[in-house]
Amino acid sequence: MTEAVRDSLDRCVKCTICESFRPFSKVTPLFPGPKYVGPQAERYRDAGMSADHSVDYCSGCGICTQVCPQGVKIAEINSQARAAMWEEQGQIGQVQLRNQLIARPSVIGKLGTPVAPLANWALGNRTLRGLAHNLIGIHRDAAMPKFAGRTFQRWARRHARRAADKTVVYFHGCGTNYYEPAAGEMLVAVLEHNGFNVIIPPQDCCGLPLQSNGRFPAARGYVRRLVANLAPYAREGIPIVANSTSCGLMLKREAHEILGIEDEDLQVVSKQLFDVCEFLLFLHEKGELRTDFQPLPLEVPYHAPCQQRGHGIGKPALDLFALVPELRVIELNIDCCGIAGTYGLKKEKYDISMAVGEPLFRQIREAKPEVAACGSETCRWQIEHGSGIHAVHPIELLYRAYGLDSPSPALRERVGERVEKERL
Amino acid sequence: MTYDVIVVGAGLAGLTAALRLSEQDRRVLVIAKGNGATHLAPPVIDVLGYAGDKRIESPQKALSGFVVSHPGHPYANVSADVIAESLDWLSRRVPELGYQGRLDENWLLPTAVGVPKPSALVPESMVAGDLRRGGRFVFIGLRGLKDFHASYLADNLARAQLPARVSTRFIELEPPHDRNADPGSVGFARRFDEPRFRDWIVQALAGQLEPNEKVGFPAVLGIEKAGEVWRDLERRLEHPAFEVPLLPPSAPGIRLYDALARALRQAGARILIGDRVAAGGSEGGRVAEINALTAARPVAYRANSFVLATGGFASGGLELDSRGSVRETVFGLPVAGMPDAGEPMFSPRYFDTHAVSRAGVAVDARLRPVDEKGKVVFENLHAAGAILSGAVPWREHSGNGISLATGYAVAAAILEHAAPRIRVDARD
Ligand SMILES: Cc1cc2nc3c(=O)[nH]c(=O)nc-3n(C[C@H](O)[C@H](O)[C@H](O)COP(=O)(O)OP(=O)(O)OC[C@H]3O[C@@H](n4cnc5c(N)ncnc54)[C@H](O)[C@@H]3O)c2cc1C
Ligand code: SF4
Repeated sequence: MTEAVRDSLDRCVKCTICESFRPFSKVTPLFPGPKYVGPQAERYRDAGMSADHSVDYCSGCGICTQVCPQGVKIAEINSQARAAMWEEQGQIGQVQLRNQLIARPSVIGKLGTPVAPLANWALGNRTLRGLAHNLIGIHRDAAMPKFAGRTFQRWARRHARRAADKTVVYFHGCGTNYYEPAAGEMLVAVLEHNGFNVIIPPQDCCGLPLQSNGRFPAARGYVRRLVANLAPYAREGIPIVANSTSCGLMLKREAHEILGIEDEDLQVVSKQLFDVCEFLLFLHEKGELRTDFQPLPLEVPYHAPCQQRGHGIGKPALDLFALVPELRVIELNIDCCGIAGTYGLKKEKYDISMAVGEPLFRQIREAKPEVAACGSETCRWQIEHGSGIHAVHPIELLYRAYGLDSPSPALRERVGERVEKERL
Repeated sequence: MTYDVIVVGAGLAGLTAALRLSEQDRRVLVIAKGNGATHLAPPVIDVLGYAGDKRIESPQKALSGFVVSHPGHPYANVSADVIAESLDWLSRRVPELGYQGRLDENWLLPTAVGVPKPSALVPESMVAGDLRRGGRFVFIGLRGLKDFHASYLADNLARAQLPARVSTRFIELEPPHDRNADPGSVGFARRFDEPRFRDWIVQALAGQLEPNEKVGFPAVLGIEKAGEVWRDLERRLEHPAFEVPLLPPSAPGIRLYDALARALRQAGARILIGDRVAAGGSEGGRVAEINALTAARPVAYRANSFVLATGGFASGGLELDSRGSVRETVFGLPVAGMPDAGEPMFSPRYFDTHAVSRAGVAVDARLRPVDEKGKVVFENLHAAGAILSGAVPWREHSGNGISLATGYAVAAAILEHAAPRIRVDARD
């Protein structure tokens, strides 16, 4: 266990505040709560043996760490304990295979992209999903994104870069690359509209899914390779923006705190890393954000994902939305959508994950919006799955308000797909 | 980011100050490391329950003498009128809790261990527990709920010194086991939110209640549908029903937090929970900014005025190191009320008055922290709640009263004196 995390343990005064939040233990007896499996059980783990196995059901949403007034790093303690427990148990057979598989989105992305139509068909096929459920342990109903059939990286390589006096680096993550390249294009358009030259270095997974599936050594490898690509820019003082709240948090803090990486590359990257909404709001503070927004007469429920709360930056999207005429935002005040990255994909945890998300889905359904907004891709997929309402990254709304969306993103997406298909 | 006022701390004091200011169209940010005592304590507002060992019947009457004998007490800086106003304000502002009470008399409610406890303002779901008029009480135990033992409560209360005759008994229920429910108070409160669970309770009690009995439940009567739960039970049981506060976490306290946070969001304030706050820059004797310690870096937030509402030792607003030196954790303000060197900080027994508990920040009449010589530290920095020096809340029974009244008064001080509100470019 990393020292900073271990030391925070002694600050626990057993006040039970974390226990009264814990979105997951609300719905399942299998997870007794963050204090019990964290600061409490940790005392018995000293000998290197896992005291209890219920920590397996902790999703790592991190709400406990945020609400603890004493600064106990509860979620971090639990992540590390979970990894140690899995290692000790030696995950067997199906669980091992499944967790290895879902923890490598970029590998899946590389395999699925060239055969996207087939892969998407398979993901939508009940029989095959039933097989995957039984054989691999990925729940048959779990929300699975569709392969875009093209990668954002490929688009980026062809995208003519603008000459501009301001430069920013874009860390897009696997979700954008393989599933939502259009989201990445919109982000680039918004930044270019604000006079930035957007650099998109080659990049692979940040290792977060491996970390949350307890594969720390492999996760560390991914982090090191990624930050090695980003660090040269960071050293020049160029800001790096991320549009995935969870992958952004990985580089800001978790890779250091949970995986214990002390790497100098990681340190410079962390310091330069911004969530894209955080970044735009800083620009606005300096009077450098263009505010030529057209009215966007929509009522949009906004969910700040739990991983975004971990950034400690509040909800910058709300301040950005407030700049858009006629855009009405319903701030949802729900801790977690339940997916927690890959947690909700797992056969044994899917029901729990949907029950955790239900209050959120209900609020979104009741608002009957055209779209909902949320900064994390896995949460958006879960929201769409649970509520039936299309969910977009906040940037997409800004993109539309800037009037950059003609033709509409959906159309561009389809056009993009057709072009890609023709190329194949 | 720039605000009119930044409030550090999300307990009752900080939330009160923030809501009062937002109501007056100030752009407010509440920022806190975590949640405060709202999640631990019942939402009863004890203004003054004891002077020494003497139980107080009317805080209004007792206050003038109390501040004379306790010159450094937080109440010395807020008049009885302001305290009374703050009680009224809270009752109006969170109608969800249906607060009842006034400054001129204390309710007397049973605790979970059967001790009568004086409070000035209490939620409607606790009113029927008032022991002053005596009567017949039956307490309902729920098998599986930790920390509530109806028989023990009934026994102790029967032996307590009370102004009127009471008779007590208990009924122990064994609710159906729900493998998904957590046995803590919050878990039980969620079960009470469900109509089916209440059906079961009503059926289980059918024919068991005696005429004129008042029915005391552990304080788990709902979280989201709290008022509805309590009213529904009263109506269907055809007996007055009330909640008895439990050990932490506190379901009714969470209701108060939720109601205040909801009102704040509606009034346009921002609430940011999860960041520790550290001092930022100051200019010309004024705080210019504070630093939020975010995941990657400190982020500066600027404002015209700042409110320090970080609670005491328990919430991290004060820290005591192993050598006995005490520190205010955000601004490093001078700490008053510490016992002199060589004098003991602690008394031998847990519930005694401990000298160290009076430690905190001393303030001027506008609730601005002052140094040892009484000089204001920062022109635009105010303090409210348990961070203030001079009180021993759990002996005086004054905790939430101090937080509410000073949180309320701090807002007034800022509204009266601070610079006009900033241009709210993001919203107008
Ligand atoms: C178990 C219990 C039972 C109680 N029962 C009663 C009762 O029956 N009646 C009654 O009147 N009172 C009661 N009290 C006392 C009462 O609850 C408190 O005195 C009062 O609520 C304190 O409120 P506060 O807002 O001043 O501070 P708190 O509620 O303690 O809030 C402090 C806030 O500051 C934040 N904070 C601290 N340091 C930092 C930092 N460096 N950076 C950022 N944020 C920071 C914390 O995270 C927290 O949000 C009880 C208290 C407890 C614990
Ligand atoms: S909130 Fe923090 S101090 Fe309180 S019980 Fe949880 S870990 Fe311990």
